[in-house]
Amino acid sequence: MEHRQLKKIDFEPLQLKQSEAEKIVGESTSYWKDAWRRFRKNKLAFLGIVIILLLGIMAIIGGPISGQNYYENRLLEANQPPSAEHWFGTDNLGRDVFARTWYGAQISLFIGLMAALIDLVIGVIWGAVAGFFGGKVDEILMRIADVLYGVPYLLVVILLLVVLPQNLWTLIIAMTITGWINMARIVRGQVIQLRSEEFVMASRSLGASNGRLLVRHLIPNTLGPILVTLTLTIPSAIFTESFLSFLGIGVQAPLASWGTMSSDALPALQYYPNQLFFPAVFICITMLAFNVVGDGMRDALDPNER
Amino acid sequence: MVKYLLKRIGYIILSLFLIVTVTFILMKAAPGGPFASERALTPAIEAQMNEAYGFNDPIHEQYFTYLINAFTFDFGPSFKYVGQEVTEIIGRSFPYSLILGLEAIFIAISFGVLLGVLAAVQHNKFGDYMAMVIAVLGISVPSFIMAAVLQYIFAIYLQVLPIARFESFAHTILPAIALATTPLAFIARLMRSSMIDVLNRDYIKTAKSKGLSERVVTYKHALRNAILPVVSYLGPLVVTILTGSFVIEKIFGIPGLGSEFVVSVTNRDYTVIMGTTVFFSVLLLFSILIVDLLYGLIDPRIKVTSKEGDK
Repeated sequence: MEHRQLKKIDFEPLQLKQSEAEKIVGESTSYWKDAWRRFRKNKLAFLGIVIILLLGIMAIIGGPISGQNYYENRLLEANQPPSAEHWFGTDNLGRDVFARTWYGAQISLFIGLMAALIDLVIGVIWGAVAGFFGGKVDEILMRIADVLYGVPYLLVVILLLVVLPQNLWTLIIAMTITGWINMARIVRGQVIQLRSEEFVMASRSLGASNGRLLVRHLIPNTLGPILVTLTLTIPSAIFTESFLSFLGIGVQAPLASWGTMSSDALPALQYYPNQLFFPAVFICITMLAFNVVGDGMRDALDPNER
Repeated sequence: MVKYLLKRIGYIILSLFLIVTVTFILMKAAPGGPFASERALTPAIEAQMNEAYGFNDPIHEQYFTYLINAFTFDFGPSFKYVGQEVTEIIGRSFPYSLILGLEAIFIAISFGVLLGVLAAVQHNKFGDYMAMVIAVLGISVPSFIMAAVLQYIFAIYLQVLPIARFESFAHTILPAIALATTPLAFIARLMRSSMIDVLNRDYIKTAKSKGLSERVVTYKHALRNAILPVVSYLGPLVVTILTGSFVIEKIFGIPGLGSEFVVSVTNRDYTVIMGTTVFFSVLLLFSILIVDLLYGLIDPRIKVTSKEGDK
């Protein structure tokens, strides 16, 4: 241990200068900088982001780099194990599993992101209007949401899919028809909390219109919870898509989806487990990555939750 | 209390009315009539069929008959299975789903709570991290993948449990576990955070300083208070188990209500779709109501009526 020689000057009181005392030494941090710092420390969440990016890149280039396509049936090459030509093997119709996996990734990610985005738009507008105007408007809007919320989500989605023509957009619409309620509730709660704050009053007394208050002050301040909800909506949308496709009422052939691939692989599970392995692993990895990122964002953006 | 109950039941009836109406509209709007997929019928027969099923009445009359029938829970005969009433199909298949569902709920709650408590007691130690890794995995693995993995490991590879069907208790183990995975993980996370919260309270310190053993403090004082969020999760739990049964029953070949619903959807057997939808909705809405009432009973601090009190 280092021995320090104390001198007399060390015991002299420091001079207090007004200007020095008021000086801010550390770099000023905003809410977002602070959140980013906390998020970066969370290695798992960071890994999640990297995985999502990789999945996104592979979804785009995965098909082309294998030199195979996702729809061509080559019955003579059916049910092959992974090889140099078919990197993940082939399925029962001789289609290349590698190309199908990444094509499925495109669809899953697209549906997940679109459904989450539509939920975001409807939910934020609905919740913000309900929370901001309060009273009768709030009562009516939230009652509608309550009644819709009482109806089980997957049941509605399945019923809609029975009736509507089956394509990707119907799937997305069916998923968003009651999916936005969660977002609306969260935004409404936040807006109610914020609308009586002083900065809102200040802005209002400066003559800001209701629209400006909502768009410039209230919604930006609820962005944290909105982002967290958004990130956690994506895996549940991806889950719903693969669930429906697995049941045969989601994505239709010849399009590939991880759900349909799993369902196709199931009858031959005993002999060709590798056909189930790839889509199953990628569904799990994707959901895991989004869940971990969502949790990380919640920890970073919402200090109260920890 | 009575007022609250009436209000809640009012909302349930409103929701049900909405569901019943929407299913009616959807089924009417659905492409192709109920006899479209069968062999081409002569016009005379088709006209007679339409007459017999009441399709020639004006639409509002059809709607009212349907409403009354739905209210008395009579959905008429199935379109696909000749001579079978929808209520018969539901009555036949529901017991399977009920047994499976209760088993899954039992597994999810008991193991979920256990895992959550273990994680909280070991907060920020190895056990905690392990439990939370299991929980995140459980949330991220869809039930149908879990089912396939379980089938592969236990039925094909180890050959210790039957792979499908529903004949004995052993047959129910794998589907019940697959069904319980996701809610189990949710419960474990809920339980962990609420337990950590409770363990830091003052009365726990008091209990410890009285000299009570760690076990008594954890299980008698903390657990009872920490379990409340899990009770409030019971409603969504029933929903998860129920919708999960659609795919689990399909994978394991169980003739339950979930697979009956999926089959009716792929067959476009409209009366069965309507019947099962209404049945599911009644089941869910009332189980959520019961859970809410239970919550008030278990935790006297929460009066169910107090939510309405501020108006």
